[in-house]
Amino acid sequence: MYAQMVKSEGMKSPEEMTPEERAFQERVDRGEKIEPKEWMPEGYRKTLIRQMGQHAHSEIVGQLPEGNWITRAPTLERKAILLAKVQDEAGHGLYLYSAAETLGVSRDELMEKLHSGAMKYSSIFNYPTLTWADMGAVGWLVDGAAIMNQVPLQRTSYGPYSRAMIRICKEESFHQRQGYAIMMKMAQGTPEQKEMAQDALNRFWYPSLMMFGPSDKDSVHSAQSMAWKIKMNTNDELRQKFVDETVPQATYLGLTVPDETLTWNEERGHYDFAEPDWDEFFEVIKGNGPCNEERLGARREAWDKGAWFRDGLTAYAEKAAARRAASNVAAE
Amino acid sequence: MTKKEWPLWEIFIRGQHGLNHRHVGSLHAPDAEMAIKNARDVYTRRKEGVSIWVVPSAAITASSPSEKGPLFDPAESKVYRHPTFFDIPDEVGHM
Repeated sequence: MYAQMVKSEGMKSPEEMTPEERAFQERVDRGEKIEPKEWMPEGYRKTLIRQMGQHAHSEIVGQLPEGNWITRAPTLERKAILLAKVQDEAGHGLYLYSAAETLGVSRDELMEKLHSGAMKYSSIFNYPTLTWADMGAVGWLVDGAAIMNQVPLQRTSYGPYSRAMIRICKEESFHQRQGYAIMMKMAQGTPEQKEMAQDALNRFWYPSLMMFGPSDKDSVHSAQSMAWKIKMNTNDELRQKFVDETVPQATYLGLTVPDETLTWNEERGHYDFAEPDWDEFFEVIKGNGPCNEERLGARREAWDKGAWFRDGLTAYAEKAAARRAASNVAAE
Repeated sequence: MTKKEWPLWEIFIRGQHGLNHRHVGSLHAPDAEMAIKNARDVYTRRKEGVSIWVVPSAAITASSPSEKGPLFDPAESKVYRHPTFFDIPDEVGHM
């Protein structure tokens, strides 16, 4: 998902827990929200910082593939809509950085970890957006996959994270629908436009499935995170749900999901589908995807080139404060 | 690397219908004026409010979680503070 393969701390049995840890787990089990200043296990705090940080980074880096098309949107209306969508992503990043900061890490520290490669962002944003149809596919599939994960996270145990998710989910539905609207337009357009839409689906289908992270049997970090309610569903559960909801939407568009094995399984009440290429996934995570260097490069450049501006505003604020203090003294 | 991190501000927004300003989240800004400008972009992109307050996070004093019991539990036994505690006969009519 937006947070993939977040390393969690080891899982303890109730007997191994300290009384404080047991009381904490009982609060989580009762559905109580944990708030910033309250006692929490160090592992819970650290895992949450990793997860929320990665989630925030994904929102920010996620602006880049779509930003690519703002200047080349086909109409002024499409441009305005895409701009609003990309601005929302910046907002989502900010909500999540603020929520993460309540755990005692600063936003600048998190930024630094992103830029140094110590923290990751979602693998999906390391794929290029080659045509306008990709704006449709990203909104429909990528935001669609994100929603699958974010809706249950509204119920997560950590109060600030839960509140950020509620705010994000309110806005995210617009993202998916604007993407699907682009796909509809293109799928009903000229043969060339329909072909572009199909090509976008072909390229984004498997990377979207990868967003949910490796299969449950290979997912080592799930149990503790689920006990702490900072992960609400397993990777496979969410992936299945995504496929089940998305396939009929593709059918409506008259497009073909690029999976020859895709069949409705009457007995399970779900689609059977092919797993993505996990070797590719691990390569992308390691930094060897098609756009890793470009994305991280763009982030670092924006940060470095913006330094004079951030410092300038700080200097202005300090000067203005000093001037106010001086005039107060003079008035006395 | 920026020399200094911008301070954190808590953001309060008054919604459309004359309700109290409500805490909506926080953000970084170099000063109060910029905090309002940023809050407008971060928290009111969909007409969520008609007024913004910004307060330096450092200026907020919060009750401690460990005081939760002594502070809030005493109200639990004082159910007579709620109107539903009192039975008013139907004959009396609406009260």
